[in-house]
Amino acid sequence: MLSVKDLSVAFKTRKGQVDAVRGISFDLAPGETLGIVGESGSGKSVTSYALMRILDAGGRISAGDVSWNGRDLRAASESAMRSLRGREISMIFQNPRAALNPIRKVGHQIEDVLRQHGRATRSDAQAKAIAALEAVKIRNAAERYHAYPFELSGGMCQRIVIAIALACDPKLMIADEPTTGLDITTQKAVMELMRDLIRERGMSSIVITHDLGLAAEYCDRLAVMKDGQIVETGPSAQIFANPQHPYTRKLVDATPRPGVSIRDLLPPEARMPELPHDTDGRAILEVVDLVKTYPGKSGPVHAVKGISFTIREGQSVGLVGESGCGKSTTSAMLVRLLDPSSGAIVFDGHEIGGIPAERFLRDPRRAQIQMVFQDATDSLNPRHNAFDSIAEPLRRLGRMRGARLAARVGELAQLTGLPAHLLSRYPHQLSGGQKARVGIARAIALDPKFLILDEPTAALDVSIQAVVLNLLADLRARLGMTYLFVSHDLNVVRLLCDHVIVMQDGQIVEQGPTAKLMDAPEHPYTRELLHSAPKPPAAPFAMGHAAAKAAE
Amino acid sequence: MATRWLPILWRLVQTIPVVIGVVIISFVLTRALPGDPAVQFAGQMATAESIEQVRVALGLDKSLPQQFLIYCKALLQGDLGQSIATGRPVLTDLATRLPASLELTLTALILSCLIAIPLGVLAAVRQGSWIDHLCRVLVTAGVSLPTFFTGILLIYVFYYLLGWAPSPLGRLDFIYFDPPRVTGFFLIDAALDGDLRTFTGAAKQLALPAITLALFTLAPIARMTRAAMLTALSSDYIRTARAAGLPPRKVLFGYALRNALLPVVTTLGMVFSFVLGANVLVEKVFAWPGIGSYAVEALVQSDYAAVQGFVLAMALLFVLINLIIDLSYTLIDPRIGFSSK
Repeated sequence: MLSVKDLSVAFKTRKGQVDAVRGISFDLAPGETLGIVGESGSGKSVTSYALMRILDAGGRISAGDVSWNGRDLRAASESAMRSLRGREISMIFQNPRAALNPIRKVGHQIEDVLRQHGRATRSDAQAKAIAALEAVKIRNAAERYHAYPFELSGGMCQRIVIAIALACDPKLMIADEPTTGLDITTQKAVMELMRDLIRERGMSSIVITHDLGLAAEYCDRLAVMKDGQIVETGPSAQIFANPQHPYTRKLVDATPRPGVSIRDLLPPEARMPELPHDTDGRAILEVVDLVKTYPGKSGPVHAVKGISFTIREGQSVGLVGESGCGKSTTSAMLVRLLDPSSGAIVFDGHEIGGIPAERFLRDPRRAQIQMVFQDATDSLNPRHNAFDSIAEPLRRLGRMRGARLAARVGELAQLTGLPAHLLSRYPHQLSGGQKARVGIARAIALDPKFLILDEPTAALDVSIQAVVLNLLADLRARLGMTYLFVSHDLNVVRLLCDHVIVMQDGQIVEQGPTAKLMDAPEHPYTRELLHSAPKPPAAPFAMGHAAAKAAE
Repeated sequence: MATRWLPILWRLVQTIPVVIGVVIISFVLTRALPGDPAVQFAGQMATAESIEQVRVALGLDKSLPQQFLIYCKALLQGDLGQSIATGRPVLTDLATRLPASLELTLTALILSCLIAIPLGVLAAVRQGSWIDHLCRVLVTAGVSLPTFFTGILLIYVFYYLLGWAPSPLGRLDFIYFDPPRVTGFFLIDAALDGDLRTFTGAAKQLALPAITLALFTLAPIARMTRAAMLTALSSDYIRTARAAGLPPRKVLFGYALRNALLPVVTTLGMVFSFVLGANVLVEKVFAWPGIGSYAVEALVQSDYAAVQGFVLAMALLFVLINLIIDLSYTLIDPRIGFSSK
């Protein structure tokens, strides 16, 4: 029903014309779900905007045909497109909260669409909007009708966006990164809701995502995009089991999944044997009954409700949980940027939890505990080049100057695999992976014993994530560092960590050695988390016994 | 809904300490002014003795705290003191002068909003087109041309050359009678009275000074509208609305403009407060009997009661305007109220 032939999209920019999509072709059959997979900049989102003809200013379809049930969408008038959008083809977006008008009741936003396409009149619009909310399984739909987006959770907002998209019973739904930024259990709920609705109504759909695992689980067929071109198309299972194109191969390899080692993420030629790291040293960090309570509008907010754990020297411990579980508060307290309400943090035999955060700055142990922040871009000063960013802690805490400083920065750049000529560049001139390296180099500059990694790869493409994870594995072996790896992604934690702590609602619900916790989870929440992670069809040769069990 | 009224009530309560602060500051400020009111009041022929008499009569011989108490007591009874220059109670002066200024300022602002907001919206929608350039030219001109210059230019063209406008001498030509006083706004009072001739007369007098001020206030409003619209138009929910097939009109006004209004309202409030004090020049050029020229004369003559009354009235007006702006926020944006607690 949808047929795309040699579609090219070009953008006019100050530096001349940029071809975002360069001659792609695919067909979509009724009832079929197609996944378009690619990394950032591959042109996958632009493709979907081009189909809807909602490209940003400066963008246009420069060549090719788009045919929808025999109609030429490229030649269609704007008013014809308008009546098509939302009624026959609709779209849902990433970052659902931003995708909704912040100052309009969600019910009214659904009504807008219904009334635009003549599906409702002034008198029955409200009832129909509530029905649309019920269709996406929103409880208390009549009450939620009056809610504003800021009053709803991210998952709830995405349901509303889906309700808007499905309100007029379209035949095709395009989902552009529908679950990016949502928690893993919410992601599962949203994806399953979408799949059920699509099946129920016999719709076709296109799912655009960077997550090959997710796409493989929910799509019949995959198209892999790179640099504006489709490099490979095929049934999901086949793409995963037997990728033909080297790029697909690389993507499949780099997707963290049960049963592979951290080295397997890299292309075969880069798989050096993993260096062993010593994990049974003495206890370097002991956390005893740590509590953090914030004053809130309606009573105190208990962010962390008394957690205790021990980290041994050389160990890599994963701290896992969904947003709001208290893992970020915990890591901020451990890195001593936030004062605990009560409880003790014993580092290297000394209690440091009682030292106020602003005074810890001058504590000799400041250099021993360092952190790699979540967003590599936002955590670098845009006016400092890479050299200055890495040199900052050395100047402030290490009192290094001149040639010694330059030598140390050079050494760190080499250690983290950052080419020396990039040191003079500013953050906006560096790629995501390079910025991640700068962040890591800065954190290890003072030879810390204990490094807290706060979702260091969450914003990176999978192939870059693979490289960064391996870099972290190498560094811990070479420098003997202890890691606390904060993440929501169990598949990533599994690769890097020896020990896992699962947090929910400010409490630790389960902790134990990684293999044991992943294979035989005891707490229902751990099971739910494991169950929610996307399960790509396993490549047969990579499956170990334990992994097969975990993937069940 | 009760949760929405609570912040509004809280906001009203918050104005009380501000008003008290304003009373204190306006008192202290006028005492700190150079010049001796007693000397001014006594006149040029006064002897040291008569000056002293005046001083005692005015209560200026008492200590500052005592004077302040007397001032507060009078204030509570609605007595702002006597103006030296006009010889009338300051309250009466303000009551005739303030509506004149407000009428001029409000007309100018309404006029400039009517032009600036559509202009800003169009400039944002058709970025880089001729209308965007026109917007830029108008904004630059509005900022760079001083009001007394545009005022005189307008008088020269429309009164002297073309003869379309009446002589720029105050609020109403002498051939009309002042409309019966209800609000103090001549346009409204004349309309209430049903006196069409006076209404058109007042409107004619008002046109040139209002246009002069409007040209001046146009710039910040148009610029803010354009910037806010550009931000709103590039946001995700606009894309959602377009993908849902909503027509451009709905996307533009229902979705983008309402979101863009917040910063525009903020600017509007700032411009209003700013212009109310700064339209002295326009009032002088058009012999407009407004509060700006009144204050300047009072300052020159060390007419401390008038200055004090002026500062107090302006400060209260600012408080009121800020209150109205805050309240209109809660109407536009449901998120306020919750976060401002």
